[in-house]
Amino acid sequence: MSSYEVNGLVAEHDEEGYLKDIHQWNPELAGLIAQSENINMTPDHWEVVNFLRDYYEEYQIAPAVRILVKEMTKKFGKEKGDQKALYALFPYGPAKQACKIAGLPKPTGCV
Amino acid sequence: MSETKKKFLYVNRKAPYGTIYALESLEVVLIGAAFEQHVSLAFIDDGVYQLMDGQDTAAAGMKNFSKTYKALGDYEVRKLYVERESLDERGLKVENLMPVTYEDEDDDYAEKPSLIVVDRAEMSKIIAAQDVVLSF
Repeated sequence: MSSYEVNGLVAEHDEEGYLKDIHQWNPELAGLIAQSENINMTPDHWEVVNFLRDYYEEYQIAPAVRILVKEMTKKFGKEKGDQKALYALFPYGPAKQACKIAGLPKPTGCV
Repeated sequence: MSETKKKFLYVNRKAPYGTIYALESLEVVLIGAAFEQHVSLAFIDDGVYQLMDGQDTAAAGMKNFSKTYKALGDYEVRKLYVERESLDERGLKVENLMPVTYEDEDDDYAEKPSLIVVDRAEMSKIIAAQDVVLSF
């Protein structure tokens, strides 16, 4: 599989599942990507995904996990800006997996 | 661990979109920031164009990565030295550069400017005081 299909939209992705064209992203597509990652999107998941999209819109990068934790803490408080809580939502890494669902490129410096 | 911290300076001398240097430098800075060193940036010669306010890359068909400089504060990169002579030689003023700030956690998260304009002699001293200098 090299593309996602939802409601007639065909969105190509790379070998790791990241969207090739971030402009094709929409919430239904996010749901589909989440499914392929075995993630059931809850409001807590959306909070992270939307935060990442806003951050990308403002700075043109996906933040590293350390920065995500710091900035989520500032915006939503300690409970949300918590590395464990973020990994509970996105077991394969919040930056990596949440970014994929958010339609963003793989985070710079993601190791 | 603090005694193992080194002073890194990334020197940027090229205009942002004609070559890949500016973007590569920025990406290395962001990756390097994960290693918690003292990181600062210098903008010399055409490198000062990287900080121009109001960049529009639509016609060039390239990603406008200038907004990413504004994220450097989040990554604890708080000193962006700009050489005064390089601005002067290009007819630029500091007002032509975009505002880049960081939040000072020791001062109630006040936003403070990251851009520091220095003259050539000061820039030499800054470079001489580094442990590692990476030139792009």
